[in-house]
Amino acid sequence: MGGLVIVGAALAGLRAVEAARRAGYEGPITLLGAEKHVPYDRPPLSKAYLTDGAPVDYYREERAIREGLDVDLRLGVTAEGLDTTVKTVRTDAGEVPYDRLIIATGAFPRVLPGIPDLDGIVTLRTADDAELLRSRIAEGAHVVVLGAGFVGSEIASSARHLGAHVTIAEAAEAPLVRALGPVVGAALAQLHPRNGTRLLLATRITEYLGTDRIQSVRLSTGETVAADLVVIGIGAAPATAWLAGSGVELHPDDGGVVCDEQLRTSAPDVFAAGDVVHWPNAALGRTMRLENWTNAADQGARAGVNAAVPARAQAHTTVPYFWSDWYGKRIQFVGTAEAEAVEFVSGGPKDDRFVALFRSGDHLVGAATLDEPRRIMKLRRLIADGASYTAGVDFVTAAAAV
Amino acid sequence: MPGTLRVVVDRSRCTGIGICESVQPLRYEVGDDGTLAVLDDVVPEEDRATAEEAIFGCPASALSLIREGD
Repeated sequence: MGGLVIVGAALAGLRAVEAARRAGYEGPITLLGAEKHVPYDRPPLSKAYLTDGAPVDYYREERAIREGLDVDLRLGVTAEGLDTTVKTVRTDAGEVPYDRLIIATGAFPRVLPGIPDLDGIVTLRTADDAELLRSRIAEGAHVVVLGAGFVGSEIASSARHLGAHVTIAEAAEAPLVRALGPVVGAALAQLHPRNGTRLLLATRITEYLGTDRIQSVRLSTGETVAADLVVIGIGAAPATAWLAGSGVELHPDDGGVVCDEQLRTSAPDVFAAGDVVHWPNAALGRTMRLENWTNAADQGARAGVNAAVPARAQAHTTVPYFWSDWYGKRIQFVGTAEAEAVEFVSGGPKDDRFVALFRSGDHLVGAATLDEPRRIMKLRRLIADGASYTAGVDFVTAAAAV
Repeated sequence: MPGTLRVVVDRSRCTGIGICESVQPLRYEVGDDGTLAVLDDVVPEEDRATAEEAIFGCPASALSLIREGD
């Protein structure tokens, strides 16, 4: 009599609850969240929350979740283990039995070994992290960001907006290669120097200097850079340590949860959704793990229906979509950057607006745009329809001619 | 007789992310400047489920459904 239990009270977990109820599931639902907050929107934490003093944007009031959706919401409860034979989640607040389970524990920021415990060295994932970050970024502050990925780049952009001196140190020769490929990654990285952020590629932090508080960092180039704040933005890893020994198959590369098309894990009646999931995505014919808002929302909803109303279970297929805002400009991406070739079809890598298309065989498989919001969803649809690369180019150039 | 169902955009929340356009391309279009245009705001009953999918899917919670006369 455990009903549906969802571990993880962020976007994917909340969407699972909402979709299960919308699909007509009337049984009990328990939603466990490690944070003390009700589910909130994470993307603004590196943007408007820092720059505009915006409040944390909660998706729903606590009462709307407890009463409106009839959910046993347990916040500040951390899952510590899973027993798939007796169907129980072990938590720091006791055991929670389930009939069907959805794993939606997301990801946590990666850190590197050897980073000392100094005040002013932070990561960003949660609202509490963002609150600390907001209190430290100010006009004239020296901010060093380790990693030129999306989170690091958005924080750099926000810190510049607030008048801070910003340096980004990125270990790779080109940033954002996994998400955007080297060509588009390099083009977008140039937004940093164009907006007053110092971007150092192929550069590591070799030493963190300061007694109680961080004061400066030494770089692999030998240079020392003043630092009132160091933000570690080197990516995220699936939060699945609690699944060790549970029988739920984890991916050997990163510990993500291995799922089938319908988001079922290797354990009976256990599903997964969001940043933790590796699954075969029929829309692009490949297995992927995605860390973005759109996927967490859609995959959460799909897992909610599949777990709660098995008669309506379907495969999760999607053309991935994510966006990011840097220096008042909008970056959008659809599809995959794992492609044979990429080409700027409208604008170029140094322009304020561009469209770049990704080709695999004869097919259009991805599109990246900078400040071209009218085009991106049409390109997403072309990819979903299996359009040829030529059709993608024709669409962009025809639109340019109008 | 119930009034007409319409979608409304909260302009203070919409940032033109475009998920609505992805779900209902004939109803929504994000413009070159990121402003969302609603090409057709009337939601016939047979289109309601898809319309709700777009509304429900908005990352900015900027869309809602109203019944005229309410």
